[in-house]
Amino acid sequence: MNKNLILYAAILVFGLAAPFIFPAFKVQLSILCVLIVLALTWNIQGGEMGYNTFGNILFYGLGMYLCASVQVGMFFPLAEWTESGGEKTFVHTPTQFFQGMAVGLVVAAVVPTIVAGLIGYSILGLRGHYFAICTLGLGVAAGEISGGIEIIGAGQGFTTPPFPDVGGLESRGEFFYFLSFMAVVLTFITVKSIYSTRFKLILNAIRDNEDKAEAMGIQTMKYKIIGWMISAFFCGLAGGIMGGLVGYIDSTDVAFDGREMGVFMVLMAILGGKGTLWGPVIGATVFHIFKEGFWTFFLGWQYVALGVLIVVIVIYFPEGIMGWLREKYPERFGEVVDEADRKAQVELK
Amino acid sequence: MDFMVFQYPMISVQACLDGILLGILFALIAYGMALQWGVMNIINIAQGDLVILGGYIAYFMYLYGIHPAWGVIVAPIIMYFVGVGLYKLVINKVVDRDLFISILATFGISILFMQLMNFAFGADVVLANSGYGTTFLFDSAVVLPNSKIFSAFISILFAICLVIYMKKSKLGRAIRATAQNARAAKILGVDTEKVYAATFGINAALCGVAGALISITFTIHPYMGLPYTIRSFMIVIVAGLGNLPGVALSGMGLGVFEEFADYILGTEFRIGAVFLLLVLILVYRRFKLSRKREYLK
Repeated sequence: MNKNLILYAAILVFGLAAPFIFPAFKVQLSILCVLIVLALTWNIQGGEMGYNTFGNILFYGLGMYLCASVQVGMFFPLAEWTESGGEKTFVHTPTQFFQGMAVGLVVAAVVPTIVAGLIGYSILGLRGHYFAICTLGLGVAAGEISGGIEIIGAGQGFTTPPFPDVGGLESRGEFFYFLSFMAVVLTFITVKSIYSTRFKLILNAIRDNEDKAEAMGIQTMKYKIIGWMISAFFCGLAGGIMGGLVGYIDSTDVAFDGREMGVFMVLMAILGGKGTLWGPVIGATVFHIFKEGFWTFFLGWQYVALGVLIVVIVIYFPEGIMGWLREKYPERFGEVVDEADRKAQVELK
Repeated sequence: MDFMVFQYPMISVQACLDGILLGILFALIAYGMALQWGVMNIINIAQGDLVILGGYIAYFMYLYGIHPAWGVIVAPIIMYFVGVGLYKLVINKVVDRDLFISILATFGISILFMQLMNFAFGADVVLANSGYGTTFLFDSAVVLPNSKIFSAFISILFAICLVIYMKKSKLGRAIRATAQNARAAKILGVDTEKVYAATFGINAALCGVAGALISITFTIHPYMGLPYTIRSFMIVIVAGLGNLPGVALSGMGLGVFEEFADYILGTEFRIGAVFLLLVLILVYRRFKLSRKREYLK
């Protein structure tokens, strides 16, 4: 226990100091934080509950659009803003910007949660691959439809309010870094506290055998919806932050980007190890470092690399890093291993 | 919103005919998907990208001065080998695994294909001009390009050939046996590995035919694959596996729905409407099944 506390304190200190240690990578670090949030929330569905969703991107995009719209709409007419394409006709004062951001983030987190609650009953009744494809459809439909709505910029995109001129050039990066770092800490604490309750066991029961769980008297639907709402909350929050960070929202390329972000979150969670607390965090970090380190060398071949990466990870590495570690050092995970039994299992394979 | 369709009945007729001709093409793709789903228990997200690849084969023949209609013969032959190669490289490792693994792996293939096609053929919307002219019906109130009629005719022809092949040939019988019970088929001496490869190849060949026809009748673009996957998935779940008339009918229904959505909501919402319809169908199905307490895995 004591050891864990030191570990968490060290990570916290490192996280707080990171933008000052690596001042050139603030934006990258912020994106990493958002990716960790997304991977952690995907893991609640895909890892713990066994509902492999492609649709969390829906909440992410929704949060992104909502945060930006609220931030603009609180002070200026939204339609004129999007029409001007982010021209400097309307300028947020610093107070307006931060007020708008605060309210926007709350809305961006709460509304997707409500949406998840509303559609949860219909969607979460689907099983297995029907669920996966249905959520894939939801994400794409949301992207296509939002790309046709005029007031949020339709096909030409939506420029989020530029960061106000306070505290010099570096302040923008620091602001967004600490915002996203707070989001990570919040998500991690929430997820960790969930994972130590009965709720996690119920989610695992749903994953392992939903009919049996139901027969045991668990109201599976209720817990599935709650799980999805928790995911939606943090996805929306992450989306809102990411919208401000990127500074520009496009319906299919930034917000409802099923081809990138929607797959990334699945991939990161699987790479790190589904159904573990630390897996998504490790997966997201490794993935992001790999992506940023090598993406530039591929020069336009990123998507080819991404496609190959997906296939390789899914086929050869479905257990992820944590799964591999668990196989290698089961003692560290508190599993008692009977050597004879293990040998017998190896022989069976 | 635009309700012109209902004020001028001839537009409705036009939409219906367009939709039916389009739907026959969808049904052909969906038949391929039903085949591999039934036999190998795989949902291939890259289905639509195989279609687009087939389309590019026809388009290239057109560029080199060969009539694109010959693509209907050439594309399936090339696509068959692409399909078998894909099976040997990737799909055989996911056949007997969790369905989600196959969805994700084929999603990766889809992204890969999309991007490779983007490099190879460029990001422009292209079409292969067949020069077949148009047919006018009802005092020129309804305009049907002959290429659409041609493509529907060819699709039906291929579907019939395939059904006969599946019924009569040795491989067809082996495929059907594997679909019923892979283990029993193995015991009785069917080389299931070969059957799987052939199934995937046939599916890819069907996609190739459909793609070649689409490049003649409509337009193709490297990123347009996913809607075709979703359409065929939708058709298969509405019709059920192994229900060929159902596949044809629901394909046409989907085509008509799309044409009407196009007229009423506007073209920019067409793809969105397709994906929303998918969600609605799945949700409807879920409520119908849960009433019977009969969840399907």
